[in-house]
Amino acid sequence: MSRTILTFAEIRNHELRQVALEAVSAAVKIAGTAPSEIASCLLVPVDTSLDALERYAESLFTHGANRVYVLKHADFTAYHAELYLGAVQQVVSTANPEFIIFGHTSVGRDLAPRLASMLQAGQISDVTAIQHEDGNLLCTRPLYAGKAVEQRAFTGTSAAPSIITIRPNNIPLSAPDSSRSGEVIEVAFAPPSLRTIVRDVVRKTSGTLDLSEAKIIVSGGRGVKSTNGFKPLEELASVLNGAVGASRGACDAGYCDYGLQIGQTGKVVTPEIYIACGISGAIQHLAGMSGSRVIIAVNKDPEAPIFKVADYGIVGDLFEVVPLLTTAFREFLEHEA
Amino acid sequence: MNIWVLLKQTFDTEEKIVLTGGGISEAGVKWIINPYDEYAVEEAIRLVEQHGGKVNLLSVGPERAGEALRTALAMGADEAVLIHDSRIPQDEWAIAKVLSAFLADQGADLILGGNFSVDNGAGQVAIRIAEQLGLPHIGSITKLDISAAGEAIVHRDAEGDTEIIDAHLPALFTAQQGLNEPRYPTLPGIMKAKKKPFRLLSLDDIPGISLQELEARTTRVSLSLPPSRQAGVILQGDLAAQAADLIRRLRQDAKVI
Repeated sequence: MSRTILTFAEIRNHELRQVALEAVSAAVKIAGTAPSEIASCLLVPVDTSLDALERYAESLFTHGANRVYVLKHADFTAYHAELYLGAVQQVVSTANPEFIIFGHTSVGRDLAPRLASMLQAGQISDVTAIQHEDGNLLCTRPLYAGKAVEQRAFTGTSAAPSIITIRPNNIPLSAPDSSRSGEVIEVAFAPPSLRTIVRDVVRKTSGTLDLSEAKIIVSGGRGVKSTNGFKPLEELASVLNGAVGASRGACDAGYCDYGLQIGQTGKVVTPEIYIACGISGAIQHLAGMSGSRVIIAVNKDPEAPIFKVADYGIVGDLFEVVPLLTTAFREFLEHEA
Repeated sequence: MNIWVLLKQTFDTEEKIVLTGGGISEAGVKWIINPYDEYAVEEAIRLVEQHGGKVNLLSVGPERAGEALRTALAMGADEAVLIHDSRIPQDEWAIAKVLSAFLADQGADLILGGNFSVDNGAGQVAIRIAEQLGLPHIGSITKLDISAAGEAIVHRDAEGDTEIIDAHLPALFTAQQGLNEPRYPTLPGIMKAKKKPFRLLSLDDIPGISLQELEARTTRVSLSLPPSRQAGVILQGDLAAQAADLIRRLRQDAKVI
């Protein structure tokens, strides 16, 4: 009998999130050579077009899923803890999975522990790598926002499924194979009775990338000096199709929203390119961004600790340097196109 | 309003991590209340100032965690309970099970916790407790208004967007940065805290819990430090030339663009 590995296929702004494909890739990795069914759970608003559904399912199949469970509800336009839990629970009782994988996103962080508790299951959160070793499945995850790293394994005699949340941008995508296909199963969703009501969602981030999934981040610290001071950083991020972040110093000074904060308090990010502008490099900030592939630092102070972790440093005033970078990148990208 | 706040003592976020004997060294470390739990403590104190009631603190941890509880008492919380027992495994299932077994008969109107702890960072325990106790939860909140009738309007941070949610108490919420600005303990507050009720409990003091139920679902296999980053190059020349040099290096050396 083959076992089932279930993934949660998260949708944001009518698109499958990259982390949904990373979750399927994690499932492929967990499956290894053992015969396994890889199923994805997709929650969509009732008015979702067939085209869109096919597109979602195709992507999931291409990366390794064999089955997609689709549940529809008018209120699947925004996250609702009780509604989503009811839906996933229904898929779990249908699919009877051995593993359940979520993205460690706003939705996954909220939903997975609730489901884990309901199923009396263990959960390993914020996993950055998965490997098999001597018959054990080892999950690597950061401690202290990345100042240390642990490997955890599932243990004990419980028959409950094992739940994993994966950090976006870390699990490599399995090789896409467009010849792969699978079955789409629509599950009639019986919503639970609700004790909370989502009355409104204020979108402050429409059109901008979430920090945890951004490939390029332009980040500002106290050196940015004001809310207005973020403007040149936003321009650079926009040219690079990246996201804007901030240090705790900039957030505490009120230059930007706490949602942008990167560090041990705030978000931990692992982009391809991290451009730190006017950030001195306090330990609590370094914890949140040291996993970036390439770090670029722009700072007036040549002694700033940020230069000790930066691959490339530019000593200078960010208000001079950042616009020069914007122009240089724009010219480079236009030349490439 | 009977409020329980879940609290964990953590390393100060400016601490470096040093490994000794297969574990993380605690020598000379400055300890703090987990910053997200501190928002929860502050919010609870404000709610009791507004509505009356009591702020109770609850922690699972070693005896040193008592210092963090004392600090929160000095901020203005009323009572504290520390569950200290080496039989509790380091696993979120087990810790949540212990805390919910204790909370089950405390008649809490509201349970507040942090969004996650800055050490382990898993963000599971509070939400697991909500499920164990059959309470609705809202995670990562940035604003909380509760009416005298126990109707709550809650703002939740969802990756930069704000979800506005209605809930009735009893409920469990976890605090996100931005919820409030925690107060500092005052000297009279610190003096008063010494006389506030503080209970140190073991598993034997919690009815209806079996060790078998606490069997760990997950376990640590290894612990290490991440590869340390080396300082790279400081670019030279006039700033426009440095910008061009950077792009060339990103292209040719780092191969990221």
